[in-house]
Amino acid sequence: MGMTHIVDRRLNGKNKSAVNRERFLRRYRHHIKKAVSDAVHRRSITDLEHGEKVSIPSRDIDEPVFHHGQGGHREMVHPGNQEFVAGDRLPKPEGGGGQGQGQGQASPDGEGMDEFAFQITQEEFLNFLFDDLELPNLVRKKLKDTETFNYVRSGFSTQGVPAKLDVVRSLRGAHARRLGLGGARRKKIREMEEQLAALKAAPEELDAAFSHEDQIKALEDEIARLKANVKRIPFIDEIDLRYRQHLKQPKPATSAVMFCLMDVSGSMTQMHKDTAKRFFLLLYLFLKKNYKKIDVVFIRHHTSAKEVDEEEFFYSRETGGTIVSSALKLMHRIIESRYSPAEWNIYAAQASDGDNWNDDSPVCGKLLTESILPLVQYFAYVEITPQDHQMLWHEYEQVQARFPESFAQQQIADPSEIYPVFRQLFERKAA
Amino acid sequence: MNNTPGHSTTQDSQGPAPRVPVSTGSEWTFDLIRQYDEEIAKCAAEFGLDTYPNQVEVISAEQMMDAYSSVGMPVGYNHWSFGKQFLSTSKGYQRGQMGLAYEIVINSDPCIAYLMEENTLPMQALVIAHACYGHNSFFKGNYLFRTWTDASAIIDYLVFARNYISDCEQRHGVDAVEEILDSCHALMNHGVDRYKRPAPISAEKEALRQEEREEYLQRRVNDLWRTIPKPDNDEDPANRKQRYPEEPQENILYFMEKNAPLLETWQREIIRIVRKLAQYFYPQRQTQVMNEGWATFWHYTLLNRMYEKGLVTDGFMLEFLQSHTAVVYQPPFNSPWYSGINPYTLGFSIFTDLRRICESPTDEDREWFPDIAGSDWLKTLHFAMGNFKDESFIQQFLSPKVMRDLKLFAIEDDDQEDSYKVSAIHDEPGYRELREKLARQYNLSYRDPNIQVWNVDVRGDRSLTLRHVPVDRVPLGKDTEEVLRHAHRLWGFDVHLESVDEGTLKGEYHCPQKPPSAS
Repeated sequence: MGMTHIVDRRLNGKNKSAVNRERFLRRYRHHIKKAVSDAVHRRSITDLEHGEKVSIPSRDIDEPVFHHGQGGHREMVHPGNQEFVAGDRLPKPEGGGGQGQGQGQASPDGEGMDEFAFQITQEEFLNFLFDDLELPNLVRKKLKDTETFNYVRSGFSTQGVPAKLDVVRSLRGAHARRLGLGGARRKKIREMEEQLAALKAAPEELDAAFSHEDQIKALEDEIARLKANVKRIPFIDEIDLRYRQHLKQPKPATSAVMFCLMDVSGSMTQMHKDTAKRFFLLLYLFLKKNYKKIDVVFIRHHTSAKEVDEEEFFYSRETGGTIVSSALKLMHRIIESRYSPAEWNIYAAQASDGDNWNDDSPVCGKLLTESILPLVQYFAYVEITPQDHQMLWHEYEQVQARFPESFAQQQIADPSEIYPVFRQLFERKAA
Repeated sequence: MNNTPGHSTTQDSQGPAPRVPVSTGSEWTFDLIRQYDEEIAKCAAEFGLDTYPNQVEVISAEQMMDAYSSVGMPVGYNHWSFGKQFLSTSKGYQRGQMGLAYEIVINSDPCIAYLMEENTLPMQALVIAHACYGHNSFFKGNYLFRTWTDASAIIDYLVFARNYISDCEQRHGVDAVEEILDSCHALMNHGVDRYKRPAPISAEKEALRQEEREEYLQRRVNDLWRTIPKPDNDEDPANRKQRYPEEPQENILYFMEKNAPLLETWQREIIRIVRKLAQYFYPQRQTQVMNEGWATFWHYTLLNRMYEKGLVTDGFMLEFLQSHTAVVYQPPFNSPWYSGINPYTLGFSIFTDLRRICESPTDEDREWFPDIAGSDWLKTLHFAMGNFKDESFIQQFLSPKVMRDLKLFAIEDDDQEDSYKVSAIHDEPGYRELREKLARQYNLSYRDPNIQVWNVDVRGDRSLTLRHVPVDRVPLGKDTEEVLRHAHRLWGFDVHLESVDEGTLKGEYHCPQKPPSAS
């Protein structure tokens, strides 16, 4: 026959549907964003390893067509008759549900039939999350160069300091150069010496016109000249020198600790906390790109500070006034006892609505400038309030003036500003 | 794995034909696929199956999901609805709720069939027999496909459509194109010519005439609207009464493409593409039972023939029969798995019984099928395959025996009665009625509501009126408003839809919706 053509298509692209899938996600981005945003409430800020299941009400994604509705006179033929005979009457189900299809059917996994559920990947999850924060694409900038470096060998160079001179390599080079420059001459010398030996060994010619003496003399002169020549090749030359070269590579210090400081006094609403959570989340993601191991320390405070777990940090309610310095003091104590700055890169983010006891703000400024900022890589303060600044902000302005490298503060009035603010805070400072 | 070379143990001495199976293991190789295909092709030739050349493509499960989600189009334009399809397919597959269909076959010349790499060898053979010889010969032989589709041109046309639409996306933005496609898809079932034979599709001509047509189309539309007298000056009642179009138009998309006042040319082109595809798929919608029945009948017959020739082993047959049985399983109406009549079962049963009627007719068969009983079964089956669609096929060939075997019965559901009525069952007085009712169920003009373009108010507000003619008082479903919004998007002016049953108005829909007073 031979009419059949068999083709192996398995190696062809398999993601033919990728564009259509992307179109779908794009069309339902509002639904998905909401699901993502709900998931952020549910999830721990360190739990970003997986995607998310998204459900959309089926009616929102149905593609409408003209079709028949309920009612009128219909007839349907069915298989599997057991006891019916023509003319039998069967009661209609209560409520006139009609054909009984599609209504009230629960799928086995508890997902309603009227939900269209699907999975988005981790990457898509993050994209949607940051899309909500008006994030064009995830932070790719480095905060600022980390303090420790690795020196990595990166071959040899012809320039360098004497301390880095590689003797073996230099001498090998010199040897090669000497061979290269003298080789041809040495070969010539060897040949002439053989001729010379041959001449000397040969019996003297009778004819004086062919006397060996002249020839021997000429050869000897030439040999002497060549040898002198060879000798003039320097044993080692400037160009033979090789220096070991090292590249300074920033060493990603393998561990970092991130302090999350948050005011949980009565004036901080859940909305404030959610905004703060997203901010902390961004910081976490950002650090995760640079460090292998990240510890997160949650410190919440009102009039006194306490180290807590994440759940309590974001979701427990407190009332009362605010003494910010209590948190800073606690942070300092924790650094001293557990996170030696020699081994840990320390980052801190503080979120508050700006309230503080006025007497306390100068204390905060002092604590920061004297004991904390010298220890940390970076300290970011976000004030989540649409209102005017209070004492704390003004105090921190002075801190910022003194430590422009490691301290920054910004105000967030609306969740959509989180990312821009984050960017401003973590922009690479012009060198 | 269990490739035992010394397999042929029993039939060494006795038995007329020594059984030399093509293979004994269950792992496939390209070579084996080729050998099986050759043997199946020989069997198919014995039965006179006439096919397009085959192109068998081996693909992975992921690729199968891709193929699946593009409604079987090997090259598709991009649209979110295909992405939705893909998401639900892959979800079902990953959870193991759904085995992927093991075959997709494209009505093209050469006929493209996909084999999934995960399948065992017997499954691959089944798919080859089913798709490459069953469906393929149906595509080539059935009158609907012969008259309405052009197998040799479809792939090129799909490529053309894809490129055209992606060009439009570049030029006009993804959103603008998506809107038009959404609206076209909503009206796709009403974008086919049911009676008129359409011009065959040709990508080449489309591309060539593109620019020409752009101008022409626009001019035509302009002409229609230019020749209109100024609004409301024409008081002549005769003129007022004259409708445009003069006859109702069944192809709503075609009407939009040619007459919608505000569309840009590229938008008209997209409408055209969608309706061309609707037309291409239309025969498939009309021949589901026949097409699947025919393919199932042939994979069953061909592989049994292979077995008779000793080309396949008992193990092969067991695996094959297990799949075959699953395919033709018909859950009864009261089963939780019941979701209507399984077209594979119905089609397979009819074709199988047709062969029986030819080969060993009973008195009943002679009475019911005097022309067919005892005739040459191959000729009769080919005739049945070639000249009918589901509706007429059932009307013509559904035998009392099949009705009995499937225990068919008809239920009447009338909203004016407070109980259902069993109107006919598989017994002597019921056969004819049952057959008629089942046939009607497959009539597409009964399945899709009958909605046609009725009138354009060319002298007034340019509104478009569609008319729905209910059958058996069945009203329109709840998507109607939504679809009307899509019609409105294409038309650009008010769109009305009236349900008119024997001269009385049963319901109306308007887009934009009429102010409060209307219900």
